[in-house]
Amino acid sequence: MTLRASRLALYGVLLAFAAFYLLPIYMLLITGLKSYAEVNLATMWQLPSALSFDSFRQAFEKLGPNFINSIQLTVPATLISAMLGSMNGYILSKWRFKGSEVLFPLLLFGMFIPYQSILIPLVQTLQQMRLYGSISGLILVHVVYGIPITTLIFRNYYATVPSELVEAAKIDGASLLGIYRWILFPISLPAFAVVLIWQFTSIWNEFLFAVVVTQNPATQPVTVALYNLAGSYIVEWNVQMAGALLAALPTLLVYVLLGRFFVRGLLAGALKG
Amino acid sequence: MKGLAWDRVVSIVLITPSVIAVAVFVYGFIGWTGWVSLSKWDGLRPNYDLAGWVNFDRLLNNSRFQIDVRNTIVFTLLFLAACLIIGLLLAILLDQKIRGENLFRSLFLFPMAVSFIVTGVVWRWLMVPSSGLNTLFAAAGLDFLKSAWYTSPTVLHIQPESGLAQVLARVGLGGLASPNFGLPLALISIVIAAAWQMSGFVMAMFLAGIRGIPEELRDAARVDGASEVQVYRHVVLPLLKPVTLSAAIVLGHISLKIFDLVASLSKQGPGFATDVPAFFMFQTTFQGDHFAQGSAIAVFMLLSVSLLVIPYLVYNIRREIEV
Repeated sequence: MTLRASRLALYGVLLAFAAFYLLPIYMLLITGLKSYAEVNLATMWQLPSALSFDSFRQAFEKLGPNFINSIQLTVPATLISAMLGSMNGYILSKWRFKGSEVLFPLLLFGMFIPYQSILIPLVQTLQQMRLYGSISGLILVHVVYGIPITTLIFRNYYATVPSELVEAAKIDGASLLGIYRWILFPISLPAFAVVLIWQFTSIWNEFLFAVVVTQNPATQPVTVALYNLAGSYIVEWNVQMAGALLAALPTLLVYVLLGRFFVRGLLAGALKG
Repeated sequence: MKGLAWDRVVSIVLITPSVIAVAVFVYGFIGWTGWVSLSKWDGLRPNYDLAGWVNFDRLLNNSRFQIDVRNTIVFTLLFLAACLIIGLLLAILLDQKIRGENLFRSLFLFPMAVSFIVTGVVWRWLMVPSSGLNTLFAAAGLDFLKSAWYTSPTVLHIQPESGLAQVLARVGLGGLASPNFGLPLALISIVIAAAWQMSGFVMAMFLAGIRGIPEELRDAARVDGASEVQVYRHVVLPLLKPVTLSAAIVLGHISLKIFDLVASLSKQGPGFATDVPAFFMFQTTFQGDHFAQGSAIAVFMLLSVSLLVIPYLVYNIRREIEV
């Protein structure tokens, strides 16, 4: 094979894969933009003959309130867990204490466990705290189970900051919080970007906690509402697809705008790779 | 000096809430679930009276759970193979000084930003047996690819009367010729959707690994007369072993826990063909109110994930301390 032909084959394979990854988005769009009358198994691959935003209107009517719930859940949970992770990462990297190297892996294990193994006590505890079924309860859950990953990302980031810098500040009489405020925090933006995007995406997309903790449709996040929408057989495919696109939109938008931070979060989640 | 001692106190005070939260919500709750799995709690009202190993006994003899174990093993193998092969292939292709590399990389990776629920809903529509991909395959003349997808009750397995079964029986492995050791075709639908979502992530890991290999190493091999294929085989691939291990652990623990995708794509499937422990646990506990039984499933899930993850964590921590 000549060089030219092999380059062509190379791009051909890449384009074929690109088509595979885009296929579901194509289907979401063309089905979501069809009117109910036009959704038909025989013509499901055909483009809509006329654009209809009716499905999106219907999907928004059904999922709109849950979309708001997801925002009310995701924004505070993301911010709180980023702050907490930053503080933990700072202490575990620059203020190590006796036992901190044992503590860290014990914290990390928390991000791998199947959450089924804590769900029953979690529900019992949230009921006792009168937080069961509420968005605040779900915020608490995401903050607590977000501690391992956010601590990991910040700790690894702060580990790259020279300890001499911190030691010098200590000699100059700076306090723990002073060093954080004036030295570490101002250079933390990249780590905050990674953690905020990571937490935003995972909390927005999360389903298991949401479906177990919020039974009342009025407080359910959008993933649960979409699940229920798709589970009821009377709801048409066009509305389901429009709903799915709606539910995916915020995280897709974040990905398109801030993708490189997202990738870093992914790789951090895989530990040291 | 007084300031430093005070800072010591501040550092402990600041980290304590997180430590207590994880101690209670992770370790305390795991212990609590362990207790429930040994209890008589059946029904909405908690009952912590000890029942012993009954729930585990019952679970091991439960045919749905046996099917779930088979499904988990089959799913894990296929999912890992699909993601690792596609991920490595894409990483190597993108390493060829591709024009528009960033665009391709973003395209391959974007499914990671989407919820498993969305993925399940879309692929359920794409794999509707009466249309969807089947129509596409028919139009392309690829009829042999048409499938009943997630609605297929078929389990491929070694037929008991076949020659292979007789050979196996002779070496004492006759038991393998049964659906218990088969491949449920419906599970392939879940593998495809899951690989669509996760393979880009593996590509990103491999690509980061490849880019971490010093160019001089590859150049040295080329100077020695190695072809590009040989460079990958003998220089790049061996150096990617740690990345492959990390990717396999991450994918493995996802597949042992998989829930959202199954719940939204096919639920338990015909004859539990796509059922998994996480979904069984969810139905048993939160729809059936069999809390002790559900906890036993949860304990099994935790054990399986721990077997995979704990050695990996220990290995990583050791390596870090050595450095």
